[in-house]
Amino acid sequence: MTTLPVPLSTLKLGEKSNVIHLDVKGLLRRRILDLGIVPGTVLTCIGKAPAGDPIAYLVRNTVIALRSEDANQIYIDSKLNC
Amino acid sequence: MKLKSGDSSNALKNPGRVMREQFGIRTTGEQYVIALAGNPNVGKSTVFNALTGLHQHTGNWPGKTVDNAQGNYSYRNKSFLLVDLPGTYSLLAHSVEEEIARDFICFGQPDAIIVVLDATSLERNLNLALQVMEISSKVIVCVNLIDEARKKKLSINFNELQKELGVPIIPTAARNGEGLQELQSAVYTMAVEQKKTWPKQVPYSEEVERAINALLPKINELDLARVVNPKWLALRLLDSDISFIETISRYAAAQKQTTVALQDQWGELTL
Repeated sequence: MTTLPVPLSTLKLGEKSNVIHLDVKGLLRRRILDLGIVPGTVLTCIGKAPAGDPIAYLVRNTVIALRSEDANQIYIDSKLNC
Repeated sequence: MKLKSGDSSNALKNPGRVMREQFGIRTTGEQYVIALAGNPNVGKSTVFNALTGLHQHTGNWPGKTVDNAQGNYSYRNKSFLLVDLPGTYSLLAHSVEEEIARDFICFGQPDAIIVVLDATSLERNLNLALQVMEISSKVIVCVNLIDEARKKKLSINFNELQKELGVPIIPTAARNGEGLQELQSAVYTMAVEQKKTWPKQVPYSEEVERAINALLPKINELDLARVVNPKWLALRLLDSDISFIETISRYAAAQKQTTVALQDQWGELTL
């Protein structure tokens, strides 16, 4: 079965999916990997700021907020993991 | 800097110790330096306070310990200087906190490094433990907040974890003083008795390992290779981590300067 990667920001409140790949470069990539976001990691969208940015995600039992511009460079499986 | 003759000979034998002064750390005679590292908000400062009896400000917000804090404690008639490092997720990125922690672990020559992990999110915390284990073999892993883990009905197989990582694992709930005796005893065994450990090393791809091996002979010629794990240095070079390479040069120059100054002084003393 093929998976279709879509940007993380398409995830709606309460939905979860697996990371497919990171299109992030340099130090930000390092940081995101260090936070435990690697291909295969399950991310759950658990909250949005009033303006819709940043967005809070549950990553390995920890809540991490990401700016949409950064979240857009993380690609998840379009098929939800629920 | 005025040194007593005894100090001077010791310092000559162990120039690494002299480097600690770069971090504002002064040990008195036979004092062992223990670093405390860990992710933000895992209770490092609580462990620090519980061991030293100090009341360093603890609080549930990130970046609380920005510069390092120090305190003493004694165990079995030996004196230990505990250095509380800022919380970091990694030693490879470049925030101020991360650089302080990384530089101290690399160049501060601690006699043991306690890596504090949050028992409720071990998976995420182990990243830092593995990174520290890549630089130093003097690592003790303290799995803190086991009281929280119990509340969340998590059970951790500490024996298996110890086997897997190859370093001592000490479960604690620093808040209630649980496991602190065992932690002090493990620190004693590592720092005073110099017990060897075999920390698990992350294997790299064949290509990277080949590049490391090509660099190693050159790196091993450097004085620095005795202070910092050569393989780790090779990896940073391959990473073209410019800021870290600059830091290395700075510390290497400082170290050379202190060694020369000490040799002069020691020379005068023996004349």
